[in-house]
Amino acid sequence: MSKIEVNNIYKIFGPKPEQVLPMVKDGASKDQVLEETGHTVGLDNVSLSIEEGEIFVCMGLSGSGKSTLIRHINRLIDPTSGEVIVNNVDVCSLDEKEILDFRKKTMSMVFQRFGLFPHKTIIENVAYGLEIQEVPEDQRIEIAQGQINAVGLEGFEHQYPAQLSGGMQQRVGLARALATDPQILLMDEAFSALDPLIRSDMQNQLVDLQAKLKKTIVFITHDLDESLKLGDHIGILNGGRLVQVGRPEDIILNPADDYVKAFVKDVNRSKVLRAKTVMTKLDKFDKSSINPSSTYKYDENTYIEDLLPKVLKDRSTIEVINNKGTTTGFITSDELSLALTKTK
Amino acid sequence: MELFTDLSWLNDWPKWLDIPLMKWINDGFKVFNEEYGIYFEIVNNFLLGAILSLKKFLIMMPWPLVIALVVAIVFFSSGRKLGTTVFVGICTFFIGFLHPKFWDKAIETTSIMIIGILICIIIGIPLGITMSRSNRVRNAILPVLDLMQTIPSFCYLIPGIMLFGLGAVPAIIATVIYAVPPLVRLTDLGITLVDTEVIEAAEAFGASKKQKLLGVQLPLALPNIMQGINQCTMMALAMVVIASMIGTRGLGDEVLLGLQQLNVGKATEAGLAIVLLAIVLDRITQAYGKKIQDRNSPPK
Repeated sequence: MSKIEVNNIYKIFGPKPEQVLPMVKDGASKDQVLEETGHTVGLDNVSLSIEEGEIFVCMGLSGSGKSTLIRHINRLIDPTSGEVIVNNVDVCSLDEKEILDFRKKTMSMVFQRFGLFPHKTIIENVAYGLEIQEVPEDQRIEIAQGQINAVGLEGFEHQYPAQLSGGMQQRVGLARALATDPQILLMDEAFSALDPLIRSDMQNQLVDLQAKLKKTIVFITHDLDESLKLGDHIGILNGGRLVQVGRPEDIILNPADDYVKAFVKDVNRSKVLRAKTVMTKLDKFDKSSINPSSTYKYDENTYIEDLLPKVLKDRSTIEVINNKGTTTGFITSDELSLALTKTK
Repeated sequence: MELFTDLSWLNDWPKWLDIPLMKWINDGFKVFNEEYGIYFEIVNNFLLGAILSLKKFLIMMPWPLVIALVVAIVFFSSGRKLGTTVFVGICTFFIGFLHPKFWDKAIETTSIMIIGILICIIIGIPLGITMSRSNRVRNAILPVLDLMQTIPSFCYLIPGIMLFGLGAVPAIIATVIYAVPPLVRLTDLGITLVDTEVIEAAEAFGASKKQKLLGVQLPLALPNIMQGINQCTMMALAMVVIASMIGTRGLGDEVLLGLQQLNVGKATEAGLAIVLLAIVLDRITQAYGKKIQDRNSPPK
């Protein structure tokens, strides 16, 4: 069973969502529903499963329903129809007290505009989740201090959020979310409000943290590069519908429709595709053509960006090996040119 | 049939076309007063007791001590701003300096106001919170607030007199009715204006409604609520002055006296004392709200 399962979620905004639901279920489009009933379709039959310990990136333009979707996971929004199952429990079946308990223990959230409490100091902000859980003060200060150190904000404990820069504020947001040691981290466009250099910094920090912590992370973004960099799996939303779910390579190499195609067309493929995806497998490769003196061994998870100079300049052949050192395939300029230009 | 042959009733409004609202209200009020008079008596005695003991206490204190107390309150509520503190101290001194009689009168006025404002806070803030939580409650209360603010303030005094007799208590009732709407509105507005992402953050950590209200919504709405209390104070002062017409004692009756005797000097002096009192009360309530606002968004 997956960590998080979303099954056939529909969300319709407006005064009478139940009456509009059958129409949406019959396949009416978002625009059609809005014109005929004045209701907005937030999510239209979305189903996905998110495995424990992975970063699942949910991507789409504004209005595609991605923020609505993430709020269903901790039930800040109730679905019109469908179920959300976290740790084998249907979140929608919980009563008011149980849902508060569930939010306290299972997950926390990071927000686009940080959502920090302006009237609390940094350390009080980080300790907020623990305060809600009624952890004794000395204990929560200790835990909060540890998280502040982990994100590199020592010395700012007693400042107020408005005194910090955007990047620092979001690190506070991240520290606050991690302070309760949640199993699941929901990140709603967490880095979108930051400038590019700081954003890239924060992405690296998240990847490093994740390597240690192995949380289940649901990450929302409108930025394809960000989703390719962070995501183990990516789900693409358009107009409330989930149009494609897959690994980054799948999305790049086999875009499901024109919408996804438009999204991926400007992507720097060499930074996304890995050796194992583009290589010709060992049994299908004609080994007679290679020159052993100009063959280099590379790990199968290497991005092809790193192979380009070797292959194109020196006309070498790349021998792809797995983590046990066994050869699994080969890459020559033929494979590379195919991978970098392929559009279906 | 006569109506169609004799059309003279179209010229002037006919006497028979009249809804007897005045009679209904007066009759209803009489019955109401006879039936529930005892409860008003209790409220009357309680409020009167509260005002008198507050007044006695403040008048008993030596006047330099009262000034010192006001100065101390301003100093700490303004976040130790020296300029404001000195200014308010001088204003307070000048109330008595204008005319020795004004000191006790100003204390009487202030006592009535303090009790009135306390009642406003007890009623207004919970009402504002309820409004911010439910659109239905808001839609029900807003027209009532509009009504309370548009009916001329004199009109509140009459039922006040009938229920509570002459003096300070009807003045308080009228003051509360007149001064509570801005506090209710600004409490509601303050809570509604709190950043939705901040509220969501509290919810995402599993905060209960009570934790959310006390820990996040009220503290963040506080600058607006303080603005409401400030408005409430100013309106209460205005009302207490008007209430001198129904025999409420204080600075207002000096103005009234000046008016009746056509004594311009006296009326001006009393008017100035009221302005000074207004400045003192305004600075105290403003300063506190501003201090909180500065902390939430310090200048970069």
